[in-house]
Amino acid sequence: MIKEFRLPDLGEGLTESEILSWKVAVGDTVALNQVIAEVETAKAVVELPSPFAGVITALHEQPGTVVEVGKPIVSFEVEGDDGGPSAGGPAQAETAKREPNLVGYGAIVEASGRPTRRARTFAAPAAATAAAPTGPPVAERVAERVAEPAAAPVVEPADIRAPAETAAATPGGERPRSTPPVRKLAKDLGVELTAVAGTGAGGLITREDVQNFVGGGHPAAVAVAGAAPAAGIGSVTQGERETRMPIKGVRKLTAAAMVSSAFTAPHATEFLTVDVTPTMELLARLKASRAFEGFKLTPLTLVAKALLIALRRQPSLNSRWDEANQEIVQFNYVNLGIAAATPRGLTVPNIKDADRMSLTELSTALTGLTETARAGKTSPAELSGGTISITNIGVFGIDAGTPILNPGEAAILAMGAVRRMPWEYKDEVALRQVMTLSLSFDHRLVDGEQGSRFLADIGAILADPGMVLAMV
Amino acid sequence: MFTDELGQGGIPAGGPGDSAGHHGGAGESLVQLITPGGERVSHPQYDAWVQDVSDEQLGFLYEDLVVIRRIDTEATALQRQGELGLWPPLLGQEAAQIGSARSLRDDDFVFSSYRENGVAYCRGVDLADIVKVWRGNASAGWDPYTVNMATPQIIIGAQTLHATGYAMGIQNDGADSVAITYFGDGATSEGDVNEAMVFAASFQSPVVFFCSNNHWAISEPVRLQSHIRIADRAAGFGIPSIRVDGNDVLAVMAATREALERARHGGGPTFIEAVTYRMGPHTTADDPTRYRDANELEDWAAKDPIARVKGLLERKGLLTGQFEARVAAKADAVARELRAGCITMPDPEPLDIFKHVYSTPNSWLDRQEDHYSRYLASFGDPAGAHSEEGAR
Repeated sequence: MIKEFRLPDLGEGLTESEILSWKVAVGDTVALNQVIAEVETAKAVVELPSPFAGVITALHEQPGTVVEVGKPIVSFEVEGDDGGPSAGGPAQAETAKREPNLVGYGAIVEASGRPTRRARTFAAPAAATAAAPTGPPVAERVAERVAEPAAAPVVEPADIRAPAETAAATPGGERPRSTPPVRKLAKDLGVELTAVAGTGAGGLITREDVQNFVGGGHPAAVAVAGAAPAAGIGSVTQGERETRMPIKGVRKLTAAAMVSSAFTAPHATEFLTVDVTPTMELLARLKASRAFEGFKLTPLTLVAKALLIALRRQPSLNSRWDEANQEIVQFNYVNLGIAAATPRGLTVPNIKDADRMSLTELSTALTGLTETARAGKTSPAELSGGTISITNIGVFGIDAGTPILNPGEAAILAMGAVRRMPWEYKDEVALRQVMTLSLSFDHRLVDGEQGSRFLADIGAILADPGMVLAMV
Repeated sequence: MFTDELGQGGIPAGGPGDSAGHHGGAGESLVQLITPGGERVSHPQYDAWVQDVSDEQLGFLYEDLVVIRRIDTEATALQRQGELGLWPPLLGQEAAQIGSARSLRDDDFVFSSYRENGVAYCRGVDLADIVKVWRGNASAGWDPYTVNMATPQIIIGAQTLHATGYAMGIQNDGADSVAITYFGDGATSEGDVNEAMVFAASFQSPVVFFCSNNHWAISEPVRLQSHIRIADRAAGFGIPSIRVDGNDVLAVMAATREALERARHGGGPTFIEAVTYRMGPHTTADDPTRYRDANELEDWAAKDPIARVKGLLERKGLLTGQFEARVAAKADAVARELRAGCITMPDPEPLDIFKHVYSTPNSWLDRQEDHYSRYLASFGDPAGAHSEEGAR
C-alpha cells in the first residue's frame, strides 16, 4: 500500500522547513530510518530518516522548496501496513492555525513569517466569498475548481491572483460570529463561515445555518481551493516579462539586517580622498621583505591596520547603542568585520580581537576569513560579535559609496579603488595613486567631530605611514 | 593519559596521578578504570568497589550501553519522523547513566532530569512510557512508585530538592535506602541545587548528587559556567565529592557504589561529577554547530564510552561473534518495541487532563471537569467530541 510522509515539526513550534536535498530517488528501496532528505528549519539543518521500509513512489517537493509542516513530501509503497505512523500521529495534526512559538534562539528573523502561508489560508474564503451572493451555486463553483486541474493542469495566472486580491481585503473584516461547536461542524464539513448567512441573534451563525448551507454539498472545498496558490511558492516561477524568486536564505537575512540598520541607526557618511602612493610603496617593500614571505599582503591589509590604529584614538567609533538598557557599550576590543561577497550572498564575518594582531597575524586572518567565506563555510560564530566593519568596494572598481552599518556597529569604512590620477604633489601636478575612503557612522554614538578625526587619521596614515609614530 | 581539557573551568588538565595542588574533596583527580583505548588501569582506592564485576557482568554492562544508545537513536529518528515532538539525546553519556543506574538497589529512589532515559531503561520503565511525554500524550510517563523513579523533571535542577526531601523522609523512616538525583553542569548554578545541597549537608541525608558534566548547558560551555571544577563546588557545602571519568562505566559504578554505601551507613550526601560530553544537540530542536567547535567533538569521539568497553572485552577475548550478535539482537528488539509502542499509542481523551492532578477528590477541579464535559457534549456528536481534533 502507498504511505505518505508528511513534513513534521522538526523543532519546537516550527511551521515550515526548506527541503535542501533528497538523498533518494523515485524507485529506490529504502530501509527504516535510512536518511532520505536534508531539511533546513529556522533552527538547524537536519536529516530526515525514513519512517517506512519500502519503495519511494513519489517525491512531492523539489529541493529548495519551503514546505509547510503537515504537507506530504514523499510517498512510499510499503508492504503490509505496520511500521508506519499511526493515523492520528502528530505529523498529521492540524497545522493551519498553529502560531509560531519558537523556543530558544533563532526566532526573530523567521518569526515575521511569509505572507504566502496566510494567503493559502484565505484561499478558500476568497473563492467562497466571491460566490456568496448567489447562494447555492457555491457547490457548483467548488466542483468546477475540483475539475479544473485535471482538465488543465497549468494554473492560469488569474487563478493565483484572484485569491490574493480578496485576501488583502479580508483581514480588516470581522470574523463571522458563531460558537465553537458550530465552527467545528463547519470545518468538518469544509464550509467557510464567511460564506454562510447567520440567522441567530445578532447575525450569529447557527448549526442549522451551516447544515442548510451545505444541503448535501461536498466537504472538499478547503483542501482543493488551497492547492491552487501553492504552485507559485518556493520555486522560481518564470513568467513572460518578469521572474519571481522566493525571498529566503541569506538574501532574506541581509534584507532584514539592512532594514533594521537603516531605520534604527541615523547614518552619516563622510568622504576623504587620499594620495596613498606611500602606502602602496610600503606595501611593495613589505611584500619583498623576508619577514612577510608567504603572507598575502593587500591594500586591504594595510587599510585594516590603519583603521585599527586610528580606532584607538577614537574609541567611540567602536561602540554599540544598547537601546534596551539605555546604555552605550564601548568595546575594549575590536572584532573587525569584513564584508564578503559569497556564492550565497553578502556576509560580514569578523576577525576576533583584531586590535591585538600583528600585521602578519592580521594578514593570515584576512586571508583565512575571505577563503572561508567564499567557500561558504563561515561559522555562525565568525558572523556574530563584530564591532566595526570594512567593505572593499574598490575590488569592483568603485570609488565611493554610502555603506550601511552592519547592525549593532557604530561605523563602517568603504575603501575605494586605487587609481592613478593627476594629483597635487610637491606643488606640482603628478600622477599619483589615489583612493577614496567613505565612512558611515551611527550619529547617535558618534559626532561629526569624532567621525571626522577618525577618517582623517586613517587618511593621514595611508598618505604617510610614518604618521603612525605620532599616533601610537 | 586521559585528559580533560575543558571539564575543569580552564584549569590545566588533570588525570589520575595528577596531584597538582588542588584543594578540596576528590576534585583533584579524575577517577578512571578503563582508558579510552580499552585498557583496564588499576586505582588504589576504587578498584575494590568493582572487583566483584565478573566478565559476564561486564558483558551485560556493554549490552546496556549499546541498548540505550539504540533507544536514543530510535527516539531521535521518531522525532524527525514527526512521532515525537521533542527528544533530548543522551548520545555520549551512556556510561554515566549505566554505571550509576546499575549500582542502585530496587528500593533506592531516582530523581532525574529529562536526559536520563538510559537510567529509566535500567529501572524497568516501559519503553513506550519513556517517550510518552515527548509524544505529548501525557504530562508524565509512568507511576513513580512502580519503578522507584520519579518522572523526569524539566525544570533545571528542581529534582534535587525532591531528592533531598525524599532522603530526609528515608531518615524519618529509619530505612537504609538512598535517593539519587541526576542533573547537569548548568544546574549546579541553580538556586534549587544549592538549596538541596545545603539541606542534605545540614541533615546528613542519604542522597547522592550525580552531576553529569556534559560540558554544555545548551550553548553555555562549562568553563563559563564555573571557574572551578564542578566537583569542587561541593566542598563549599561540606559535601565530599568525587570527580570521575563519566565515559568509563566501571569508574562511574565504583564512584556511585562508594557514595551509596556512605549514604546507607549514615555518612550523608556525596557529590559525583561524571565528566562526560553531550555528543549530540541539547534537544532535537537545537543546532550545536552554531556554538560548538567541531574539533572539540572529535576529541570527545575518541573517548567514546562504548568503544572503550568493547576494547576491554576484546583484550579479554570476550568479544565473540556470538556475543556481538546477541547484543545487536537485543538492541534491535528494544528499538522495535520502542517504535511500535510509540506509534500505536492511543491519543489521550480530552477529560484525561483532569486525572492525576490531585491524589484526592477536589471539588474545584471536579467542577471544571463537569463544565468541560458539558462543553464537549455541546458538540452534539459524542464521537466528534472525542476525535483527535477535540483531543488536541
